[in-house]
Amino acid sequence: MAVMTVREALRSELREQLKDDRVFIIGEDIGYYGSTYGVTAGFLEEYGTEKIRDAPIAEAGIIGIGIGAAMLGMRPICEIMSVNFSLLAFDQIINHAAKLHYMFGGQITCPMVLRTTNGWRNLSATHSQSFDPMFAYVPGLKVVAPATPADMKALFKASMEDPDPVIFIEHTLMYGVKGEIPDEPYEVKIGESRVAREGKDLTIVTYSRPVHLCMEVAERLSKQEGIECAIIDLRTIRPMDMSKALESFRTTGRAVVVTEEWESHGVQAEIAARLYEHAFDYLDAPIERVGFREIPFPYATNLEDQVVVTPARIEAAIRKVLA
Amino acid sequence: MASTPDTTERYAGLSNEQLIEMYRQMVLIRIFEEKCQEMYTRAKIGGFLHLYVGQEAVAVGTIGALKPEDHIITHYRDHGHAIARGLDTNALMAELFGKATGSAAGLGGSMHLVDVSKNFWGGYAIIGSHLLMACGIGTALKLQKRPEVVMVFFGDGSTNGGEFYEAMNFSQLGKLPVIFVCENNLFAMGTPIAVHTSVQEIYRKACAFDMRSERVDGNDPIATYEATLRAVEYARSGQGPVLLEAVTYRFRGHSAQDTQKYRTREEVEQYRTRDPNQVFRKRLIDDGVMTEEQAVQIEQQAEVEAQGSVDFADQSPPADEKWLTEGVYANPIEPKF
Repeated sequence: MAVMTVREALRSELREQLKDDRVFIIGEDIGYYGSTYGVTAGFLEEYGTEKIRDAPIAEAGIIGIGIGAAMLGMRPICEIMSVNFSLLAFDQIINHAAKLHYMFGGQITCPMVLRTTNGWRNLSATHSQSFDPMFAYVPGLKVVAPATPADMKALFKASMEDPDPVIFIEHTLMYGVKGEIPDEPYEVKIGESRVAREGKDLTIVTYSRPVHLCMEVAERLSKQEGIECAIIDLRTIRPMDMSKALESFRTTGRAVVVTEEWESHGVQAEIAARLYEHAFDYLDAPIERVGFREIPFPYATNLEDQVVVTPARIEAAIRKVLA
Repeated sequence: MASTPDTTERYAGLSNEQLIEMYRQMVLIRIFEEKCQEMYTRAKIGGFLHLYVGQEAVAVGTIGALKPEDHIITHYRDHGHAIARGLDTNALMAELFGKATGSAAGLGGSMHLVDVSKNFWGGYAIIGSHLLMACGIGTALKLQKRPEVVMVFFGDGSTNGGEFYEAMNFSQLGKLPVIFVCENNLFAMGTPIAVHTSVQEIYRKACAFDMRSERVDGNDPIATYEATLRAVEYARSGQGPVLLEAVTYRFRGHSAQDTQKYRTREEVEQYRTRDPNQVFRKRLIDDGVMTEEQAVQIEQQAEVEAQGSVDFADQSPPADEKWLTEGVYANPIEPKF
């Protein structure tokens, strides 16, 4: 088994995809600049300007070009450097990419993958947000947010092979996370969650970067106190596979939902609602949620540390549910 | 009927048969649209209905200069473009009626007519958005080394928002084979052009991008045809996009519910004296291209076709309820519990 970072795993799968004549990448600073987070560094020199298309700072255009090219059979990868900038392309994403197939009675498909990043650290109010629930809210989009290098690679492949528009959410604080990549061919389908950790006492439902924070807390609680938390990594939030979360919850009766988003009206509310709807009789305690404190991100470190999801806040939620 | 040298010169090399076909399309659009208005009044058509009456010479002239394999993507006032591209009027009327036999199976309605088999990539109803998709189509054509061009229609009101400027820049940067056709009908919905934009000669907006552009009389199908021929030759040869501004006027309201407080009845009547269909009819007859009898026959046939589309739509089954549970995704993945 090879050990790779998330960045390396993505680069390796992007290279695989770029072998396909239909594939090109379009985005800001992906070529000449050398890629903001290093994912496409060196690609311009290797693949040239037709496949590695540096775009003007015009997010609606990046997505609109992806949509139009996808309609004609290309397999565009549209990179929006930071999800905060995707707001300028929401018309293209929501009014068009998500609608084409249905609105035109199945005549048009839009096999486009939008790669973007969540993330924060001293970036203040407009550069630290995540909009996962805003994408996941929209019928017609698929929303994928893996946590491990192996899942990044496999789910990126699955996203590229899917005929529908996929929002592929990466994380700026996760590119250096390492993990094993199987040597033999393997597959991860869109819409399949995984059990990241078995546990009999409590079920944590999460995805993306918080998976790693939850693992850290769970390992510590196991070692120090013998508390065994199951961790379910959803990997995809639309469609959302709740089968493994529910299976675990029916044995533990207790759950904590951990996501990087403001705590109200979000994916975590949806997860909790589905646990209540489908496993109400198994409930031993109210479900706890951990997300961003509901204020715009402050710049100062001492304040920001209290906004974000931390191991300490996850642990506090676990203790509350177990009490 | 053979063309005399005199008429082919004045009619951009078009044969009498081609000219008569252009007149037929303009009449069909007009009568189809008047039929739509009638069906809207009878509540057979719901939602928003944006009629193309008065702008026929734009669609017929521009689309007439394309090859069938060239691509079209358009705005929500899309009936005229669909008819000029040769979409089946039965499927169009059925779409407006919300029937299973509609061009989009009754899911799109008036603003979203479509027929991919005719390279007609649909009508879009968010102002300016589809200009960027046209750039995407142009990008694909270029990457796939195909000889086609893409024509995108929009109104004067689209040229103030950001997506227009993004599309201008992207297309010129990439020398994309895109023909931008601005149908300047002098109103952005109900806001007069002098109120909504700082440069009212829309074609001049191309100069900021070093883009080739041209302004033509959008009420003259020969003018729009000739300008499009020039634009298509330029774009097809790889030199880049062109912005065509066709100045026209819509006789009906913005939509079927429009009370038209923003203009006077006199103004509309004044423009009606330059009705593109009437002017073209008279011109073809005066020049001996078409006889009065032929004109009447074309008008009667259009009436029959439009009424036939109404009958077809009326008799068609309602939209299939399967669409309540499918069609959102090309590859549906059921959520698992």
